[in-house]
Amino acid sequence: MAKIKMSKKAASIDMTAMCDVAFLLLTFFILTATAKTPEPLPVETPASTVEVKLPETGLVTLTVGKSEGKDKVFFGMKDRDVREKTLELMGNKYGVKFTPEESAQFALIDEFGVPIQALKQIIAMKGAERNRAGLQPGIPMDSIDNQLKDWIYTARQANIELGKEKDLDFAIRGDAKQEYPKIKKIMDILQDQNINSFNLVTGARGKNY
Amino acid sequence: MAELNTGDGGGGKGGKVRSKKQNSKVDLTAMVDLAFLLITFFMLTTSLSKPKAMDLGMPPKDDSTKVNVDIKVDQKRTLTIILGDDNKIKWYHGLINEPEPDGKPQTIGYGKEGIRSVLLPRVKSIEEYTKTRPNTKPGDGMIAIIKPTKKSTYKNLVDILDEMAICKVPTYAIVNDFLPEEKKLAEELNKK
Repeated sequence: MAKIKMSKKAASIDMTAMCDVAFLLLTFFILTATAKTPEPLPVETPASTVEVKLPETGLVTLTVGKSEGKDKVFFGMKDRDVREKTLELMGNKYGVKFTPEESAQFALIDEFGVPIQALKQIIAMKGAERNRAGLQPGIPMDSIDNQLKDWIYTARQANIELGKEKDLDFAIRGDAKQEYPKIKKIMDILQDQNINSFNLVTGARGKNY
Repeated sequence: MAELNTGDGGGGKGGKVRSKKQNSKVDLTAMVDLAFLLITFFMLTTSLSKPKAMDLGMPPKDDSTKVNVDIKVDQKRTLTIILGDDNKIKWYHGLINEPEPDGKPQTIGYGKEGIRSVLLPRVKSIEEYTKTRPNTKPGDGMIAIIKPTKKSTYKNLVDILDEMAICKVPTYAIVNDFLPEEKKLAEELNKK
């Protein structure tokens, strides 16, 4: 008569399928995601139903937001060669000399918001320190000292001098709660230079909103 | 828990040597742990949704071009939208002093129940109206005039531009000049 033997093996679960799923998800996330870059001026963009993606290159972003109760504007360029050339031209214009090391370091900065006179100190800082909230006061843009206008102008000039075929695109990245007059001021600065078409950066929203 | 079975582990009863059955199962627990850890890491450090861009074209400011010369527009086609404080909108159809039927200045909100319920039927009715007029080019229809007041936010502007896209308003413009009557309306809207 056959004796029923108890299995001495520990109860084990087949993990193969779970492992497959886990790695599939992992691959998906690695392929679809882009690294989050720390922002010196975090803004919450409003949502919209548009599906057009922001261009990856040839773009200048003007971030408008409030930090510590003050309205601030930050300036960011996507292309590194444009960044370096713009810095050189801006330095010439404002009489600030940048060394090649500083220029190379500046090419790594995504976004900044300081008057050009204080830019050297920001360049010398470490990445994490640079993005500390409230450190950068924003780019001056009043009628006496309109550096924002010059940055926009020089960036376009740099883009042309580098021989790029495509003109620079300009995008306004505003905080949802930002009041309209501030946005209008940015639009006016752009329009004063005959930039009549620009992008507004928004988040995604469901179709059946 | 799953474990790596290297043998029967029975401790050879009876002294008879049995040929060991080869077990090909490998313990995957650690691997699964690692995979989920990595998934968590990637989910937390990356941003999935890429920002979207809303294209906005403004008329040139330059006065030397002839674009800014006053163009007479049929008042039946214009719908003025004044954006105010606290996510409120005032809109009217036609001229402010002699609005079109049901087009008197009214206060409304954003979204499906709000301004869209006004825009959608009017986009249609105005399009049909323009078809009856002479000299109609394809694509003519409603002309929405968006007037953001000082109290409105950037979100309001994006929302209303989004509505324009959703309702397929053929022509729209952001205008910053207020008529005296419109100023009064705006003040009424922004009054706390």
